[in-house]
Amino acid sequence: MAHSTLNINGTTVKFTPGQTILEAARDAGIDIPTLCYLKGTTPTGSCRVCVVEVEGARTLLPACSTPAAAGMVVQTESERVVAARKMVIELLLASGNHNCFVYAAQRDQGFKVEDAIFCEAEGECQLQALAERYQVFPPSYANPPDTKYYYEDNNSMIVRDFSKCIMCGRCVRACCERQVNLAIDIGYRGSHNKIVARGDYPYIDSDCVFCGECVQACPVGALLDKAARFQGRPWERTKVRSTCPYCGVGCQIDLHIKNGRIVKVTGADEIPNEGRLCVKGRFGWGFVHHPDRLTTPLIKENGSFREASWEEALDLTARRLQEIKDQDGADKIGGWCSARVTNEENYLFQKFMRAVIGTNHVDHCARL
Amino acid sequence: MAGLAAAFGSGAMTNSIAELEDTDCILVIGSNTTENHPVIAARIKRAARLKHKTLIVIDPRRIDLVRHANLWVRQRPGTDIAVINGLMNVIIQENLQATDYVAARTEGFEALKDTVAKYTPEYVEQISGVPADQLRQVARLYAQAPAAAIVYTMGITQHTVGTDNVKSLANLAMLCGNVGIAGGGVNPLRGQNNVQGACDMGGLPNVFSGYQAVTDPAHRQKMAAAWGVGDLPDYVGMTMTDMLPAIPEGKLKALYIMGENPVISDPDADHAVAALKKLDFLVVQDIFLTETAQLADVVLPATTFAEKDGTFSNTERRVALIRRAVSAVGQSRPDWQIICDLSRRLGYDMDYANAEAIFNELRQVTPSYAGITYARLETEGGLQWPCPTTDHPGTMYLHKDKFARGLGQFFAIEHREPAELPDAEYPLTLTTGRVLYQYHTGTMSRRAVGLVEKAPECFVELAPEDASRYGIGEGERIKVRSRRGEITAKAQISKKAVPGTIFVPFHYGEAAANKLTIAAFDPVAKIPEYKVCAVQIEKG
Ligand code: SF4
Ligand code: SF4
Ligand code: SF4
Ligand code: FES
Repeated sequence: MAHSTLNINGTTVKFTPGQTILEAARDAGIDIPTLCYLKGTTPTGSCRVCVVEVEGARTLLPACSTPAAAGMVVQTESERVVAARKMVIELLLASGNHNCFVYAAQRDQGFKVEDAIFCEAEGECQLQALAERYQVFPPSYANPPDTKYYYEDNNSMIVRDFSKCIMCGRCVRACCERQVNLAIDIGYRGSHNKIVARGDYPYIDSDCVFCGECVQACPVGALLDKAARFQGRPWERTKVRSTCPYCGVGCQIDLHIKNGRIVKVTGADEIPNEGRLCVKGRFGWGFVHHPDRLTTPLIKENGSFREASWEEALDLTARRLQEIKDQDGADKIGGWCSARVTNEENYLFQKFMRAVIGTNHVDHCARL
Repeated sequence: MAGLAAAFGSGAMTNSIAELEDTDCILVIGSNTTENHPVIAARIKRAARLKHKTLIVIDPRRIDLVRHANLWVRQRPGTDIAVINGLMNVIIQENLQATDYVAARTEGFEALKDTVAKYTPEYVEQISGVPADQLRQVARLYAQAPAAAIVYTMGITQHTVGTDNVKSLANLAMLCGNVGIAGGGVNPLRGQNNVQGACDMGGLPNVFSGYQAVTDPAHRQKMAAAWGVGDLPDYVGMTMTDMLPAIPEGKLKALYIMGENPVISDPDADHAVAALKKLDFLVVQDIFLTETAQLADVVLPATTFAEKDGTFSNTERRVALIRRAVSAVGQSRPDWQIICDLSRRLGYDMDYANAEAIFNELRQVTPSYAGITYARLETEGGLQWPCPTTDHPGTMYLHKDKFARGLGQFFAIEHREPAELPDAEYPLTLTTGRVLYQYHTGTMSRRAVGLVEKAPECFVELAPEDASRYGIGEGERIKVRSRRGEITAKAQISKKAVPGTIFVPFHYGEAAANKLTIAAFDPVAKIPEYKVCAVQIEKG
């Protein structure tokens, strides 16, 4: 494809026609901060955090939704840009309960921990990161302390805390463009606008199918994975890349681990799911730590189970299989492997049945 | 997936998930993708809604994808072959087929042409209830798209004619030159996360890993040498659905079950329990004391995916890693370690340092996996087989330039009625399937709070017309009875259902839908007819 060039911060940068200034910059390794921008969805240019100065343009332009043009001369951190960005960040901080950063920035000045707002997103919040980067403090003209915000905590998967919502619209685009579930939209246009499910019902009573895409897309702490609340700060968790144990799509997931337990699951930006998950992959991991898990081998005696050691259970199993093989023949023994265990285990299972027991009666539930 | 193997030479999904977003036309038949494969459904919906591609849904139920489709064809359950033959009839009649492709790459076209000649849209309308004009429209949309993908699931395979259904779809795809191209293909979506892998690894009665036939002496010799044993059994073993009835006949005395729960998943569940109880010895290895494990003599505690390393192969043949993230609960052990423990006691020394060591062995004897290594999976992410060498990038779509079997095979197939049709005594048709919030027999999903909250119990979905006919209200308990058994569950009145047909999900042990279904099998694939059987209902 044809390449053209533009100039960003004095560097000549190549771009492909159709790319935005943001895409061209990112491809060239130039960082422009964004907030409402969500990869793979239509840019709305609504938050204006990504504004840049383009030579010849009267106003600052949002990089996420302005197409790159040949010969353009762009400044991404000019004085004018930084001033505008600071203003945007300040307004966003003023729009809700965002004083987490007050504590973080002012702890040396006698600020009391009790006065800080506890936020699950702290450390992962993109607004907090911007406030930090541009050294913006929550302004004094914030909403009065008794302002009421919508709060929804009536299902076991997702909490909605709109005291943190900055109306970036990422959740809506995640739901409608990435998952195409069409469950939420921006409602009550104007100054009372708010993210709503159909009829402004709570998620649990709406068309929402709890894929959690909106939670993963929310840059602040307005949409929370409920099971992860109070389960440690983001930086105390480790992430382990794995594959979803449910259906055959094989979505790539990150298991977030704290103290040897799964705290939450998020979608990894990899083929085939590119960040998406469904309700099972995201919220269905509870079986791993479930109290019903089998923790010891069991042997049935007189019709009921008793706990046994591995030695005992394995010895008994091996002895019985050997006896039946000797008395009745190997072809009187069958084995069912499983579509829910790994390739390695299925391979080993058929090897065991064929080479050790000596039977081809091996199957699994592919047909069901 | 015997149908695809016969037609193309490989039973696997021909194309890839990501291709679905950019193909010109998607034909979804017998797959409630939104509930069963939600993330693939997202791709299909994106194609239809955001990229303005053609989406055709053929399904008796008003499934969610219908909302996004250009055309929805509602056939009578069990008449898929007639519908597909009708499509091909129109395509040939209107000369829309890929003549050069058919001539160069396939065989058996003349016989197919003769057979479908009588499936005129009007004749198909009589059988299936699909309006003739609608059939013509679908045929044109599918045939005229530069690339068109067919997507199907158990709605196609779980019939006594399941294999023929699949062959019919293969016919349709080949007729329009849609196999072996990007964005085309015949794409079965696999239900459980590693069905593809379990098949690839030889978890089947007739093949070793890599689909190498156990009846072929060369394959047996190769495996025997690799495994260091004298000889290996040379007969085709019994399938799961053959093994159960073999127990009361004394042909099977012991069973080793790893991670399966046939008491819920088997058709005709009561028979499965009775059969398993007759075994001399049953050992079950699982993460929970499942309904099946309760019948065992010995239960061995296994670990979940989060407590072990290994690989899964997804529906598009993509091999990807799972990694140990937490330590094993209690004394539970990964399945592979348990197999090694048993093997050693039976006099065969199986010893692997880790899952990767097993993988390194299996790739030596499995040509399609030979080029895949853990190191590559770490750095490159998932790889799609066939991947014969370590510098091979993996294969996005199969049968490019040449079918795995050489020429693609057309099969001339006639429509047949399902094994059990509604009659005066059992006037309704039952179909079974999955719901979004649950998974398979519920062993895992019914132990996740959120999933249970959204789908706590079994239900019977029926059309408003049927509900008023039987005087049944939303949420009322109803009894569903077939010639084999009876269950009770809550009524869910829904426009999704076709009048005369009810739907019951099969995840729930206490109301196991499979108590009702019929153990009539597709003679080739041995897949039970879950999708159609005759039932009666009454208020419970
Ligand atoms: S959970 Fe999924 S369906 Fe529900 S609102 Fe969020 S993105 Fe939409
Ligand atoms: S809930 Fe989160 S993602 Fe949605 S608009 Fe508010 S801040 Fe943005
Ligand atoms: S997240 Fe959902 S769609 Fe993805 S693999 Fe898991 S169950 Fe399937
Ligand atoms: S990121 Fe560009 S306007 Fe919000």
